[in-house]
Amino acid sequence: MALVLNEEQRFLQDTAREFLNKRAPVSELRKLRDERDELGYSPELWQEMVELGWSSIILPEQYGGLEFGFLGLGTVLEETGRTLCASPLFATAVLGASALLLGASEAQKERLLPAIAAGETTLALALEESNHHKPHHIETRLTANEGGYLLNGSKCFVLDGHSADHLLVIARSSGEINDPEGLTMVLVARDAAGLKCQRTIMADSRNAANVVFDNVALEADAVIGELGAAWPVLEQVLDRGRVAMAAEMLGLARESFERTIAYLKERVQFGVLIGTFQGLQHRAADMQAELELAHSVVLQALSSVDDSPEQLPLMASLAKTRLNDLVKRVTNEAVQMHGGIGVTDELEIGLFLKRARVAMQILGDSGFHQDRYASLCGF
Amino acid sequence: MDDLEDFRADVRAWLEANCPESQRTPATPDEQYWGGRQASFASEDARLWFERMRDRGWTAPEWPEAYGGGGLSAQQARALKDEMNQIGARPPLYSLGLWMLGPALLEYGNEEQKQKHLRAIVNGEIRWCQGYSEPGSGSDLASLQTRAEDKGDHFLVNGSKIWTTSADKSDWIFCLVRTDPSAKKQKGISFLLIDMATEGVSTTPIELISGESEFCQTFFDNVKVPKENLVGELNKGWSIAKALLVHERKLMSELGSESPRKVLDPVAAAREYLDFDQGKIADPELRRALTRYQMQMHAIGLTHMRGFEERSAGIRSAAGLVMKYLGTEAEKVKSELLLAILGSQGLGWEGEGFTTEELDTLRLWAGSKTLTIAGGTSEVQLNVIAKNALELPQS
Repeated sequence: MALVLNEEQRFLQDTAREFLNKRAPVSELRKLRDERDELGYSPELWQEMVELGWSSIILPEQYGGLEFGFLGLGTVLEETGRTLCASPLFATAVLGASALLLGASEAQKERLLPAIAAGETTLALALEESNHHKPHHIETRLTANEGGYLLNGSKCFVLDGHSADHLLVIARSSGEINDPEGLTMVLVARDAAGLKCQRTIMADSRNAANVVFDNVALEADAVIGELGAAWPVLEQVLDRGRVAMAAEMLGLARESFERTIAYLKERVQFGVLIGTFQGLQHRAADMQAELELAHSVVLQALSSVDDSPEQLPLMASLAKTRLNDLVKRVTNEAVQMHGGIGVTDELEIGLFLKRARVAMQILGDSGFHQDRYASLCGF
Repeated sequence: MDDLEDFRADVRAWLEANCPESQRTPATPDEQYWGGRQASFASEDARLWFERMRDRGWTAPEWPEAYGGGGLSAQQARALKDEMNQIGARPPLYSLGLWMLGPALLEYGNEEQKQKHLRAIVNGEIRWCQGYSEPGSGSDLASLQTRAEDKGDHFLVNGSKIWTTSADKSDWIFCLVRTDPSAKKQKGISFLLIDMATEGVSTTPIELISGESEFCQTFFDNVKVPKENLVGELNKGWSIAKALLVHERKLMSELGSESPRKVLDPVAAAREYLDFDQGKIADPELRRALTRYQMQMHAIGLTHMRGFEERSAGIRSAAGLVMKYLGTEAEKVKSELLLAILGSQGLGWEGEGFTTEELDTLRLWAGSKTLTIAGGTSEVQLNVIAKNALELPQS
């Protein structure tokens, strides 16, 4: 039964909620922001998350993994969405781990995956080269050089780019700029000579960076998977990332919605609770309906990773579109229904609003995924 | 689980052997069998199919065998439905008695009432209609005024009901009537069964913007109704009505799959009626609208599945509450979308120059406006969600 959590998954979710409420409430993100924290997350907190097994949640046991699948991962991500928890979870345990799991050689997996599981290594996927998600629009070049390679080009919107130990860089080893053929994934140490990394301070106070590669020299074994044939793997990695991000966004939407409903039940104007106003009730009820749909879509998308990968592209684009639209609407309504206090920095609703906007751009906005969904449906 | 698989295999084989080929396509309005005293079968195959299903109790798969039902578990009934869908088998019997009154009688009726009415429903002998709304009581259903006065050995009923679907073709009507005019709104209402052959009952069809007249107004002029036709307790009919409304909401949320007319599939229609450019619909606005609609239906379908899985797992599901609202609104979107895709070919009212599907598309579009009004308007649905799911304060 893919649309209902089993006992193990429910337990995982309850544990995550309890842990995050105690150790990483929204106020922790505010603290990182206000202190202009260099790393952008708490390494102590990340180690505790590692001990809970979250860094290895999707990894097979042979690499020290928990092997809980994406439905298990989704329950945790939904909870991190509720508290806006900043951590390497998405960049490392979802994108990085998936890329290696699906693309790397056995030797590379044995070297890297246990290190991820143990919390010793963090990763970042360096993909985007422009202000919109265009996954095969890649100009960064990988050229042969003395038994190895040279990497030249630049990347933007690299999540965790300034804090990760290694970058997984999507580069072009052949073909034209927009060609899905000719892409190669390479593993690059962030302190490699010729790599310049500039942290970008984003609206959501989470980590991202612009990265420039200037004749970065790589060994032959830096290539993950086959030279020039990264696309099929990359597409699966991106779909997994989209589905995982949708799960986080579901948590974000639910939390901002529940906080807003609670406010409607306590705020008095004109001598009555504002929750009695039909003008607000209908907007809230309509969002509740949308949340019900989003819940089903996210569960099905997560379980398609585990059980029916042939459905994954369609489900990933459905989930990302629906959740993009949902978080935009719910966070806008959350601010509006809170009224004046909703636009103050003191109220946490503003942090949800800002995270929503960044999440909406990660791995494709609604325009991108709507187009993809339609194409997959054949129109 | 193995038992269920065995059951499914048996069902499949039985359907294969017993469902005539002609009954494996969607039924047109004329082909649907609604039962009742005035009913006739559209074909010999339709009669055969109905009788074979009836004899197994599978017109009402989940009802107890004692009342002519199939006695199946929810999972078995689901398997039967899946297997029927698999071969495109049409429902052998369309009936408000099956969908609405029966479940209420099973829960609230006394043994005599169950014996008298349930088997007649299963066997398609009696066709039922519903008498809830009144000319002055639409969304505010509890303000209804049709009176049933206690005259000792019978009730004397006076008043009228509106939007009584197919009342002119029905044999009996289940009604909400006011039995205590002094009590406040919901408190003085009872649930009464009335034989429409009784003296003083009359019906008039109402023509709609779609050109159809499936709805009627039904009048009660000094109608004598035996006391034994009261379901549940006197003045406690509102709780039965509410339970029935849940069935109606569920029914209407699933309407899309069982439309009486031949409904065009929007994607197929797009292929036939729109220009394509390199595999994509050339008009960006229509492509966007079609995509949004397909996504909405995809999400609604998954939510139906989730609701079913949650109920099977014994988890209380909040999904059901929003489905009537979402399902009927989506049907309206679909109708508008089809009209837009067909362009001027979708605007024909009748006659030459249009295919049957094109004419049906327009009539369905006009008819779809009913969906978000009947069975509780969308606005009432939102009120219910706000109150019951979100527990927002009530003024």
